[in-house]
Amino acid sequence: MRTVVSVLVSGLSRIGLWGRGVVVAVPYLWLMLFFLVPFLIVFGISFSESIIAQPPYSSLVEWLTDEDAGTSKLQILLNISNYFRLGGDDLYILAYLNSLKIAAVTTLLCLAIGYPMAYAIAKADPARRGPLMMLVILPFWTSFLIRIYAWIGILKGNGVISNLLEWAGITSGPVEILYSDWAVYIGMTYCYLPFMVLPLYSTLEKMDPSLLEAAADLGSRPFRSFLQITLPLSLPGIVAGSLLVFIPAVGEFVTPELLGGPDTLMIGRVLWNEFFANRDWPVASAVAIALLLVLVVPIMIFQHVQGKQAEAGR
Amino acid sequence: MAGQPIRKPTRLEPWQDAGQTPYVRIEKVTKTFGDFVAVDEVSLSIYRNEFFALLGGSGSGKTTLLRMLAGFEQPTEGKIFIDGVDMAGIPPYERPVNMMFQSYALFPHMTVEQNVAFGLKQDGVAKAEIRDRVAEMLGMVQLSAFGKRRPHQLSGGQRQRVALARSLVKRPKLLLLDEPLGALDKKLRERTQFELVNIQEKLGVTFIVVTHDQEEAMTMSSRIAVMNHGVIAQVGTPTEIYEYPHTRFVAEFIGSINMFDGRVVSTEGDQVIVASEDAGCELLIAHATPAPAGSPVSVAIRPEKIALSKDPVADGDGRNRTTGIVREIAYLGDVSIYLVQLPTGKTVRVTAPNVTRRTEMPITWEDEVTLTWRPFAGVVLTQ
Repeated sequence: MRTVVSVLVSGLSRIGLWGRGVVVAVPYLWLMLFFLVPFLIVFGISFSESIIAQPPYSSLVEWLTDEDAGTSKLQILLNISNYFRLGGDDLYILAYLNSLKIAAVTTLLCLAIGYPMAYAIAKADPARRGPLMMLVILPFWTSFLIRIYAWIGILKGNGVISNLLEWAGITSGPVEILYSDWAVYIGMTYCYLPFMVLPLYSTLEKMDPSLLEAAADLGSRPFRSFLQITLPLSLPGIVAGSLLVFIPAVGEFVTPELLGGPDTLMIGRVLWNEFFANRDWPVASAVAIALLLVLVVPIMIFQHVQGKQAEAGR
Repeated sequence: MAGQPIRKPTRLEPWQDAGQTPYVRIEKVTKTFGDFVAVDEVSLSIYRNEFFALLGGSGSGKTTLLRMLAGFEQPTEGKIFIDGVDMAGIPPYERPVNMMFQSYALFPHMTVEQNVAFGLKQDGVAKAEIRDRVAEMLGMVQLSAFGKRRPHQLSGGQRQRVALARSLVKRPKLLLLDEPLGALDKKLRERTQFELVNIQEKLGVTFIVVTHDQEEAMTMSSRIAVMNHGVIAQVGTPTEIYEYPHTRFVAEFIGSINMFDGRVVSTEGDQVIVASEDAGCELLIAHATPAPAGSPVSVAIRPEKIALSKDPVADGDGRNRTTGIVREIAYLGDVSIYLVQLPTGKTVRVTAPNVTRRTEMPITWEDEVTLTWRPFAGVVLTQ
């Protein structure tokens, strides 16, 4: 038994598969199993037809036997009308565009709030940075849903904000922020802020402070130093943080569902409706695949260009 | 020990001339960080065109002093004047000073040209002039072919030269250099020392350089301030510092030295006679600062000023002469170092040039030798 194992090990190591190979293979297998396979299933469903059955879609592949003629054939039916429906119906296009708009605004808001935060933490006394970062991450310790429900209490008419405004004499009656695009922006910016702060902080914190001293020494005022040195050097953090916020924000479902009004159209909600209200799995799958393409293709092009630039810089 | 002075002997000694006004005046400057006193009541005057070295170990306060000149730190007490102007409250970007950083602090996202042009761009210099001056600077540091590269595509020596070009492009009157050669290997360091001195002489810029390398300080500077625990131990030319150290610290920090403890027997004019149990003989020191008889002193003698001989020399009065046994020999090629143990137990370090080939070397291990030195060799140290 022992010799079998040792022969196997030495054989595998001779072809370079043992050890390193296994370490790499495990996460790849995991991703294959839980990412690629479900993706392929959804991709398959998007080409099927909606039927009233369990599951509610037709099979793509059928084995037909003609007993009279004594022949049998393999039939593959690809229904591409689901994708045509996406292009033909304004609802989907509007939902996509609106999702992109809301995600873009959320990303910009996160950047506008997160950059000064990350900058201040990175410039803080080293002993304080840990606790300050802890505070950024702390909200993750409570359920995301509970935090969104808390925002309902803050944003609704007669809620915290409304009462404060009334008490200060700025408004003379309850202000309803809830169930509007504004509520969605506030809620989503709040939720995704840590994803912006973390990568920004890590690039800003790594920056050599003597670079700013050198800039000052060469006659650059603090604000110009920021524009000429800090900002360009933190660009990788800005890109990483923006992608981390933008990608999940496009497909966001829970926040617009709970905080948004009935006219807050987002592709996540459309998807949910198709799946659960209409039980039209093929169209829902097509929506999901199209969403993926809308998001992934630009990101891949972007990263490709960036990688080339980084290589050119190196 | 220290490298041969590469600075041509000049009569430029503004610190000797009472009519000269110093370019940089540091007046009783103290800098504390919490309880730690980094710089303690330091006063210094540095003149135009000097190559001034701040020499000291780590934590001696030399870098803090330099950073106060650049404006990155404010003195807790005292005043700094540059060209007669009080620098209190003047931020780094308004000072007529440029600095070369120890880490070079090159901007990683800019090319070599952009790095060098940075200072000129801040002043709104016209584009054509920026281009000319950057090209001129890169030519001076022999990097004309590397203008389009990024800092990480350069070797350490090339980066050092970019940093130098960047700090000189604005033609500052005063350049501060923080360990400018620290990151270079020995050969490159020696070559760069010459280059720095040549550039400094050509441009007529006042250099203040911080270094922990005494050889570097000796070779390049017109004057050296030796710093220890935030205090200036001694200021002087390399020769003064080496030949006439004022304190034990300075004597021991620069080069190697033999210390003999003893008591003053008598003082005649500027001749001092010291009895030393360490040395096992009486020491006669010429041109010494007079000290009262009986006071405890140390006599410092450089290893190269002691002569070794296998023949017992029997002339004179027995002063400045002692005998011992050779315990160790370190052959360095040009010189050899002998560690000679005296009957008193004291080990004396002697360096002698290898005038003859080693195979014919007359003195070897366990030989009994006579050590002699001249009255001018020793220095009397009271502290």
